[in-house]
Amino acid sequence: MRTLRIALAGNANVGKSVLFNELTGLHQTVGNWPGKTVEKAEGKLQFEDHEIHVVDLPGIYSLSSYSIEEIVARDYIALEKPDVVVNVVDATSLERNLFLTLQLMELGAPLVVALNQMDLLKKKGWEIDIDALEKELGVRVVPTVAIRGEGIHEVLVQSIEVVEGKALRPRIPEYSPELEKRIEKLQSVVSGVGADFPARWTSIKMLEDDDNVISRVGEQDESAVIAATILSEEIEEKFGDSSSNVIVGERYRIAGQIFRKVAKPTREPTPSLSDRLDAFTMNRLTGYIVMGLVLLGVFSLIFIVGDFLSSNLIEGFAQVESLFYETFGVNDTSEFVWMGLIEGVVAGVSIALPYLIPFFLILAFLEGSGYLPRIAFLMDRLMHKIGLHGKAFIPLILGFGCNVPACMGCRVMETQRERLIAVFVVTLVPCAATTVVILGVVGTYLGFLHALGIYLFNFIIIILLGRLAFKAVPGEPMGLIMEVPPYRLPSLKTVLLQTWARLKDFILIAFPFIIIVSLIVQAIRYAGLFDELNGAMSPVTELWLGLPAVVGVVLIFGILRKELTLIMLVAMVGTTNLTAVLSPVQMVVFTIVVMLYIPCVATIAVMVREIGARKAAIITFVEIAFALLVGGIAFRILTLL
Amino acid sequence: MRTEQADEYLELMYKLTRHGKPARTTQIAKELGLAPASVTEMLQRLAKRGYVNYKPYKGATLTKKGLMEGRRLARRHRLLERFLHDVLKIGKDKVHDEACRLEHAISSETEAAICRHLKHPAECPDDGSPIPPCERDVFSCEECELAEKTNPGRRASLVSLSTLPEGSRAKVAFIRAGRGLCRRLCEMGFTKDTIVRVKRKSGRGPMELYIKGYNLAIGWGVASKIFVEVS
Repeated sequence: MRTLRIALAGNANVGKSVLFNELTGLHQTVGNWPGKTVEKAEGKLQFEDHEIHVVDLPGIYSLSSYSIEEIVARDYIALEKPDVVVNVVDATSLERNLFLTLQLMELGAPLVVALNQMDLLKKKGWEIDIDALEKELGVRVVPTVAIRGEGIHEVLVQSIEVVEGKALRPRIPEYSPELEKRIEKLQSVVSGVGADFPARWTSIKMLEDDDNVISRVGEQDESAVIAATILSEEIEEKFGDSSSNVIVGERYRIAGQIFRKVAKPTREPTPSLSDRLDAFTMNRLTGYIVMGLVLLGVFSLIFIVGDFLSSNLIEGFAQVESLFYETFGVNDTSEFVWMGLIEGVVAGVSIALPYLIPFFLILAFLEGSGYLPRIAFLMDRLMHKIGLHGKAFIPLILGFGCNVPACMGCRVMETQRERLIAVFVVTLVPCAATTVVILGVVGTYLGFLHALGIYLFNFIIIILLGRLAFKAVPGEPMGLIMEVPPYRLPSLKTVLLQTWARLKDFILIAFPFIIIVSLIVQAIRYAGLFDELNGAMSPVTELWLGLPAVVGVVLIFGILRKELTLIMLVAMVGTTNLTAVLSPVQMVVFTIVVMLYIPCVATIAVMVREIGARKAAIITFVEIAFALLVGGIAFRILTLL
Repeated sequence: MRTEQADEYLELMYKLTRHGKPARTTQIAKELGLAPASVTEMLQRLAKRGYVNYKPYKGATLTKKGLMEGRRLARRHRLLERFLHDVLKIGKDKVHDEACRLEHAISSETEAAICRHLKHPAECPDDGSPIPPCERDVFSCEECELAEKTNPGRRASLVSLSTLPEGSRAKVAFIRAGRGLCRRLCEMGFTKDTIVRVKRKSGRGPMELYIKGYNLAIGWGVASKIFVEVS
């Protein structure tokens, strides 16, 4: 039995993850690349007498250092040296895909090309000469339809051939003589340094002004950087354009040449089904109607299914709880075990998972269908008002259900900056639990209109803080640049496998965190520190916010689950009639503070992973401070009225 | 040699005819504070010299020659406004008149230097009018920064991609953006002379383009940084 490692590389939307799921099935894990908020999917399979480990590299359009994804992908290929890189290529947009293929060849990757979406190519009215493409690239090309599992066997066969040394001789792309001359010159300078990457690739990247490569080489050999600068200037002189633009242009020229040699139309182009659908779904009138209906459908589905599962599970667990106390008796130890160890898990299982499962299923379906880019397109203009572009709309709207998947959804943003702002804005969106408090306190005792007012207030705050964050976070704001892939019916297998992998990932990350925090809160309770805590917090709760002192502990418990604040408050004051203990002003202040003051534990856990502990802590503290500020001001203004 | 007054006419006409409608004599007279009769006279003179097409009672449009001159003047004027406002801290209300006087005096070398110094501004300070692209034969501002050589080529029919209507086709000529964005756009296929087709567009919202065999959506802000030659 031999083990070998295959990496899947390719553009976004080419069916790479479909191929990955077809290859690995249930034997896969989804996680993050070490220290990066980039999804890393790994899996393995048995094939003939080989154990094959597959890594799904992030979807990228180039191997520059523009995005974290691109750096992750090229570092993996160059430094981890997988045995084979399977380049998944979308046959329907070959020219742009070849742009990456050429770079993979320059990087010296042992390559097999999986020419995917062959069915769509035919529908588009084009054909590709596979043999000619193989000859042009010097790389084995396997036609596939990943969504139906076609050609996957052959991809594996060819991969093993590559490992066994039966690969073709790759035809490394050759640029125009004036450029080649300078690449060779630099190559002779850098060949001694930066042994991690092939010398030719390093030289090209340096001439492309790639910061990441230049600083790596610079650490070892200052003179190579100087040589690169001089040669870049020469190129600029000769071609009348910046050296990086010249190289990118030349690479596209080569990709175009190959494309024109191997691909030809078989008939007059006709508008595809996808184009005809887009006439409705991207239209500035009907597009919004379709989007509204889709979102309404998605939400109803998530809420109906989630609510059904959730309420049944809560009921079930309530019975388990009483059974637990019947068995072990109500004493300090049993309370500590239940509240500290079990309650958090129960909350996660009965409140987060019922909404997460349908959400992940629908998300995977929408991702596979290609509809999400259409929503981003329609909402781009509006999202610019809070300093983000269209893609951020999707996580934002998810936040109304639960902030946890919404934070994870912020990965669609390309840059760290955009991701950070999106996560921040998302945590301000009132989730289902916050809605319980708003409706349960203000809605029940002060009326529906007041509750609506609180919501409106929240939206204003989202817009204001969003704009503020947009101004405060350093970096160049990014506009929308997004491929609009054709519609496609998602494969059920991929949808199910993706849902399962993400769910597993969430459970492993969030549950330990929830248990630890529950334990700490219980320890405080066990030590009998409630009164002391209330006392310690009274300057804030009583003096500044004008609330009763018991609210101190309630707010601490709210970190676990926001609706717990309501349940706890009722328990602490010993009555369900809140009018007896809170004035209308106090109710409003209490609700505003609960709504804004802190993301719940599960959200914090996900935030830590998505944007790092430091930034998660900053967001958390900013929101606490902001909630207290707004609460205090609201108390004073409302008392005056 | 044109007079400064003629320059003022061309610049104003560039502004007034931007949306394709002819400029009316009364409109020009009002903007410049002159009598309609003297405007008519000037328009006739400009028409004779090939800068405008003038039809009595209909108004006037710029010829290609006039358009290029008007755009060059508008660019200098708006750049100077920015310079006076941003660097010399002169009030917004005063920069227009100052720029009117200065725009006739500066060379294209000074113009390029101001543009570089201000980091390639896109809009003028007083009314936010767009600053037309320069006439230098460079592909990006980055290149202009690097090269710093005066090589005034012609970029006659360049327009911003964001101004193109649905269904039109154009050739990528020039990207006015920082290094990161410029690179990204190149990698997504916006290399020089690539043909793009506008598939969908809605006001100041994003546009959907067909480029190098695939569909790409870009925001309005991004589109306004890409300059194309309409074919």
